[in-house]
Order: sequence, then structure tokens, then C-alpha cells
Amino acid sequence: MIPAPLFSAQNLVKHFRLKGGLLGSSRGVVRAVDNVSFDLAEGETLGIVGESGCGKSTTARLIVDLISPDAGTITLGGKLLGKHISARELRRQIQMVFQDSYASLNPRLTMEDAIAFGPKVNGMSPQQAARLAHELLERVGLEPRRFAGRYPHELSGGQRQRVNIARALAFSPKIVVLDESVSALDKSVEAQVLNLLADLKAELGLTYVFISHDLNVVRHMSDRVMVMYLGQVAEIGTVEAIYSAPAHPYTAALLSAMPSMDPDRRTMEAPLTGDPPNPINPPAGCRFHTRCKHADTICAAVEPGLFGLPGEGHQVACHIHIPGSNHRNRGVEA
Amino acid sequence: MSSLSASQNSAPFEVSPGYWSGVIGRLRRDPVAMFALLVILALVLMALFAPYIAPNDPYRGQLLRRLRPIGTAGFPLGTDELGRDMLSRLIYGARLSLLMGVTPVFIAFFFGAFIGITAGFVGGKVNSLLMRTVDVFFAFPSVLLAIALSGALGAGIFNGLLSLSIVFIPPIARIAESVTTGVRKLEYIEAARASGASSMTIVRVHVLGNVLGPIFVYATGLISVSLILASGLSFLGLGVKPPEPEWGLMLNTLRNAIYVQPWVAALPGLMIFCTSISFNLFSDGLRSAMDLKS
Repeated sequence: MIPAPLFSAQNLVKHFRLKGGLLGSSRGVVRAVDNVSFDLAEGETLGIVGESGCGKSTTARLIVDLISPDAGTITLGGKLLGKHISARELRRQIQMVFQDSYASLNPRLTMEDAIAFGPKVNGMSPQQAARLAHELLERVGLEPRRFAGRYPHELSGGQRQRVNIARALAFSPKIVVLDESVSALDKSVEAQVLNLLADLKAELGLTYVFISHDLNVVRHMSDRVMVMYLGQVAEIGTVEAIYSAPAHPYTAALLSAMPSMDPDRRTMEAPLTGDPPNPINPPAGCRFHTRCKHADTICAAVEPGLFGLPGEGHQVACHIHIPGSNHRNRGVEA
Repeated sequence: MSSLSASQNSAPFEVSPGYWSGVIGRLRRDPVAMFALLVILALVLMALFAPYIAPNDPYRGQLLRRLRPIGTAGFPLGTDELGRDMLSRLIYGARLSLLMGVTPVFIAFFFGAFIGITAGFVGGKVNSLLMRTVDVFFAFPSVLLAIALSGALGAGIFNGLLSLSIVFIPPIARIAESVTTGVRKLEYIEAARASGASSMTIVRVHVLGNVLGPIFVYATGLISVSLILASGLSFLGLGVKPPEPEWGLMLNTLRNAIYVQPWVAALPGLMIFCTSISFNLFSDGLRSAMDLKS
């Protein structure tokens, strides 16, 4: 293990109760995040991938404490949230950039006011905050003299996302969570923003949590990758391990669904069919067994825990790799 | 820092025109809304300067010249059933009618917006409690509720204003709640929360500016309804009492003359119609001028 991680999440659980019955009675529980643990080392980028509804965004909101977990602990710099470090302090050190660049900016505030809002709330004088906002605009590649007085609807999506990044940086955070932050942008603009993010990371020594459904972008940006399926971690490991030797059948299926420039690598058959099962009543045992081509009897019965594989920090939750699991394909490549 | 020297540079910052100046600009290019605004302004001026404009005393009548037709010498709009000058009474009537139309909406705007924004922003049980209470009032047709309240409180201008204000709180609270709930879910509120801002600060900086506009537009649309309801109350004898000139009341007292002088009897109704449609058209124009995406 890496000594003393910057950030650590242990056994995070977040269930959303579905209301709708009479008098607020519950119609069921969405297990959005179920027992998720991971560490972040200082200066690394952790990519989180998975299908829609797998709990990526819920995990992001748990990291920045926008929602509090039902169970599990969050530690930042060795300090336990709620005990040694307050939520307010944690939020200052962990900032987030959202997917929708328009919805994440108040249409009535100029860019300068949008960026200066956070620092002002935390006690910075308006003049200082305005100066900081100008510095940050410059840092994300927007000429302050042209952009400070503008409103969100006057900017392009890429420019707005730069402002959102600037706003996240206003607190000099240690960690920035990027929740599908570039997904809504044009490819060319996306590349520019990704380069900006890479530059900022090198300049400021940031740690990123990079959430995306675009596997190519995640590979480009990340040091390590966490694959999520229905609120659980399916596999986590270095980007090389995950992309060249995926251990979980789900990871393998996701990767084979990646569009390839190489005609020899193109496949005709769909690697995965159907939608993920409903997270209200996830399948028993391994949650992936309903769609897994290697599914065996044990998969439907026993939930596999994360198991360490050879290779730095490579872990997988699959019976194929767990010794003594009686899986028929035990030891066979996924 | 390079950026510091840049911001101290003498070249001025480009400042975009603010949101409201954009709204006013768009409104000014809308001929219908501008015409409606002109009519409203004319009505307000008429009400303010009624003693200087009105040619005759609106209270003094002579039974010998009852129900003269439009165009009578000295009485360009004729006389009413007690021989009072219609033109003067219509001009003076603007005072009470506008007061009864506009005041309840403003009072209801204040309370309704407060209730709705609180319910929308806090959400959960507070929302259910506030909004279900509001729904109880909303269940009554507004006319019936106004009549019932006025009837219970007794006739009179103040009681009329009070009951109309209560009638308009539920619809405004409803709109305020739904607009606020929509804004609350947007990511800039989450981002503000992530920056450690208190709820009061978030409401002040991020919520009010984005919800008061739409609520205000909706409220201006209610002014016409309020005018009609106020006139209705007066018509039923629950609002303004005779001999005060008020359009609704005038419509009521002239209704017996509808076969004798139909055009004169219709004049107060025409005033109510013109005023309420002007408020409606202006509110429509304001709505489209405030829409950023158009």
C-alpha cells in the first residue's frame, strides 16, 4: 500500500429512499453506493468509470460532502471527517466541477462575482476576492479584462467550464473532483480543457478524481482507474493494468465496447446486452452475474469481495480470481 | 503576478450590460408591451390628478338630467342614474379601482413569495406543511373565497383589500414554491453549498435573484384578476360603498339603465376591460423580455 494516502474513503454506503407512498412511506431503496472504499495518493488522478446509474456521481458528491454517507468514513490527510476535520474545512480542500457548465453558474452573476463568491463567503474582502477572481480567470486562459464582467449566457460551453474550474480553484483545494466535467463539450474544446486540467495539475500539485464514461479520456488522464457497477467497485488498479489486463469480466466488456481506430480490433457483437439491473433490487451475489458470460452458480449466491491481484494495488471483485471459490472458470483469463 | 499588473492596467474592463438593462432593452422593442405600459401610466396619472382633470364634481347629481346619452353638451360621456357626470366619475373611479387592483397583489406578492421560497428552499416536511396549508385556500374558487371573506369581514375598502390579499397568496406561493424548487436543484446552488456558504447567503445571492423575477411576472398578471374581483365585490355590495365612484360599483348601479342607455352603462366595464388587458399584455411582454433563451 502507498504510505498515508491523502484521502481515504472506507466502506461508503449511500442509499436513497424512494418516497411516494402515503405519508412519505418508502417504496424502496436505491442502493446508489454500496460499500465503496478507495484511497487517493497525493498528486494522482483516479479515474472512475461505469455505466449510467452505477453510482459515479453519488460517489463524487460523497467525496466533497455534498451529501453525507449512511455509513462509512472519509479521511482527509489522516483526519477523520466529523471528528478531526469539519465538513466546512473538507469542502474547502475538496472542490468539484460539475457536468452542466450552464446550470453550475448563476445566470445573474458575472464571472468575477461567481468566482469571488466562495472566497467572500469565507471572509475574504471584496477587493481581494475580485483580484483573486481575475488571477484565476487568467490562469484558466480567459482574459480577465474581457470576461470578468460577462454573464454565463454570453460564454461558450468551454469558456463556462473554464470559469467553473477557476471557481473550484479559488480555495486552493488539494483535491478537485471532476464529475463528467468535459463530457458535454465538443471534442476539440474538450481536448483544450483536458490540457488545461493537466497543466493546472502539474502547476498546482492537484489531485484529481476524474469521472467519465469516456474510456479513452479516462485512460489519457488517469493514473489509476476504478470501475464501478451498480454502486460497487468491480475493479480498481493502475491504468496500465486495467486497460491491458482487465481482470473483471465487466471491465473487459466495457473495454471491448470502446471504439477503436484499428479495424482488426473492431467487434461486431455487442459485448454487453441490456441495461444494468435496477439498483432498487440489485441481483443477489455478484451484481454482475445476470449479464456475465462467465456466470456460475456461486456468482448468484455469494457476493465477491475485493481481492488483491499481483500488480500494484490491483483489486478485483470476481469469483474467477478468488482462490477456493469453486468457480468453473477459476484461473482463466476474463 | 502578471495578472495583477494586467488588472492594474489603465485599459478598462469590459462590463456586460446587467441582466435588467437587457430586459428593459427587450421590453422597449416590444410595441404591444410598450403600448400597454403607456395605457397603465395614463390611468395612473389620471387617478393621481383626478381633481384637475375631471370637468365636474363626481358626487353632485341632478335628477333632472338623469341618464343622458354620450355626447350631451357639458357631459361628454353622459350622466348616470342620479344625474352625475360619467366622465368625472370614471376618472375618479380609477383611484379606487387601481388601489383595489394593485394593492392586494403587492401584499400577496410579499407574503406568497416568502411562503413559497421558504417552502421550496427548505423542502421536505416544511414544504409539505406550508404548501398543503396553502392548498386548503387554493381549493376554493378565488371569487367565492373573496366573497366569503368579504362577507365575513363586512363591506368596506379595507376589508375588501384584506380579503383580496388573502385570495392571492395561495397562487403566488404555489408559483414561488415551484420556481424555487427548480432553482434549488441546479448545480450552482450545490457549488455554492460546496464553498461553505450558509443557507441565508445562498438564498440572498443565488436564489432571490433568480426566482423573484418570474414570481413578479406572475403577480403582475394577477393585477387584472384582482381588478375584476374587486369590481365584483363592489358590484355585490361587499367592497366600495356608494356614493364612492368605483368602476365595479358603477357597473352595478347602472345595470338597471342597461335598456335605457346601454352605452353609458357599459362604460365602467370598458374601463375595467382596458385596464386589466393592459396589465395582462404588459405582464406577457415582461415575461418574454425576461427569458434569456429567446
